[in-house]
Amino acid sequence: MSPHVDLTGVRPGDALPEVAETIERLDLVRYAGASGDFNPIHWNDEVARAVGLPGVIAHGMYSMAVAARMVAGWAGDPAAIKRLKVRFSAMIEPGQTLTAKGEVAEVDGNRVLVRFHAEDEKGEKVLSKGEAELEL
Amino acid sequence: MPLNQALVGKAYPAVSYEVGREKLREFAVAVGETDPIYHDEATARAAGHPDLPAVPTFAVVLSLRAGQVVYGDPELGLDYSRVVHGEQEFLYHRPIRAGDRLLASGRVAAASARGRHELLTLETEITTEAGEPVCTVRATLLSRGTAPPRRSGGS
Repeated sequence: MSPHVDLTGVRPGDALPEVAETIERLDLVRYAGASGDFNPIHWNDEVARAVGLPGVIAHGMYSMAVAARMVAGWAGDPAAIKRLKVRFSAMIEPGQTLTAKGEVAEVDGNRVLVRFHAEDEKGEKVLSKGEAELEL
Repeated sequence: MPLNQALVGKAYPAVSYEVGREKLREFAVAVGETDPIYHDEATARAAGHPDLPAVPTFAVVLSLRAGQVVYGDPELGLDYSRVVHGEQEFLYHRPIRAGDRLLASGRVAAASARGRHELLTLETEITTEAGEPVCTVRATLLSRGTAPPRRSGGS
């Protein structure tokens, strides 16, 4: 399998192909089971409302995983990712579409810094200050 | 109840974790990852991986298990129902892969007040049983409304 990205062509300002995911409740149930994070605010509306939420909300780590798909898919290989960081800045509910967007910020030899975020349909940032360091 | 900041630096016993192929595939499906490198052994090997690699955020599964040990420490004083996830960072030494026998040990890396809230950073060091570094995971949690009241009376 060849790398998806030709390092010689990577320049600061290059946009990564966006990844969009409409989040369904089933996705959150499946993620709870796969990850072991069974916090009921992600699958039980009664519990979510009791702590002041409008209803169940997506796991922050589910949103981060969608953004990681964008970065790893662009790089072509998870081994290229050396560091991945996000801030969780807003919640997102089932039925909404999350879109991950990123661009190359720096290129230094074979090391590339990508900055990214993920936003809901209104453009509000669900993930902010995303950073990925890669070795291509 | 405020967090016990005296516990910053405290390290907890490691939990062990054996990485199975079907678990990695299950996690990849759960995050919508369809790239065959995470599902098909031949594709993974052709890309230079000794076995199926995990998707990058899989390390959180181990971090959650190590975190349960830390959060369950009654001396820490953490009320998990007040917790919101603030930040998450992974430092990768190499991908986690099927067949790995791993150890994950949690440590209280930082605890501080921010206004009425408190920030707690849990650091999880993931290594192989032989001690090879695999991943460092940092989770920063926001504990809502648990900061001790300030004597100045400011809001």
